[in-house]
Amino acid sequence: MDLGMSLQELVRVHEVLARDFANAGRASTSIKETLKHLGVNPVTVRRVAIASYEAEMNIVMYANRGVMTLKVSPDSITLEVQDEGPGIPNIPLAMQEGYSTATPEMREMGFGAGMGLPNIQRNADVFEITSEVGRGTRLFIQVNHGS
Amino acid sequence: MGMLPRTQRRALTLADVREILSAEVLVGSDLSGPVASIEAADLMSDVLALSKPGMLLLTGLLNPQVIRTAVIADLCGVVLVRGKKPAPDILGLARESNLALLSTSLSMFEAAGLLYCAMTGK
Repeated sequence: MDLGMSLQELVRVHEVLARDFANAGRASTSIKETLKHLGVNPVTVRRVAIASYEAEMNIVMYANRGVMTLKVSPDSITLEVQDEGPGIPNIPLAMQEGYSTATPEMREMGFGAGMGLPNIQRNADVFEITSEVGRGTRLFIQVNHGS
Repeated sequence: MGMLPRTQRRALTLADVREILSAEVLVGSDLSGPVASIEAADLMSDVLALSKPGMLLLTGLLNPQVIRTAVIADLCGVVLVRGKKPAPDILGLARESNLALLSTSLSMFEAAGLLYCAMTGK
């Protein structure tokens, strides 16, 4: 696919702060705009944007801070999300639709449906999640062009 | 307010939605855009899981994440029900994002019912 002039790989890094609900989603909106400007297929843009937003909200809600690294290459788009925080004790449980540890405050904001991680997996061609309790969680999300 | 006459049955536009719901337009100068589908929801992750591009969201939720979710999911607009009016920062975010934002005094049930009838002709 055509990403424009002589672009081998584009890397963008976004820092996300915990409990910063006023700005939550800003990084993912920026990622979406970047992909649109590059001429990425709209279906692919939407998949990456949704996965990114869910990951970003997880940082804001559950971690202390996190970094989202977007890489755009001719074959695929990858998003690596690394946070510092409590980690996830039971990943299979966290991946179950409907399971949530959201606080009442988060639920009042419309989150905590327990669909975050499943939504990410659904929109990714490759999805890896690793976590260490007391340290943090890493997500690797890959969406292939034209898949 | 109510169902469009059978002779006018066609794809709904945001302008039609405004008329059907007697809604106030908070943000949005061009309401000619089509409404591909409609969802009534207060859970943003449900919206992200179930939405399709061009969808209209009916919601009673009033926070910046509604706007962010709508933009991420490529929604055509958001209608706030029960007469809710957002704070200036949310209006600003909708304007900045070029997202149509309307408000109706109807309940979620009434608004969804009227739009369902208008959309399906039932």
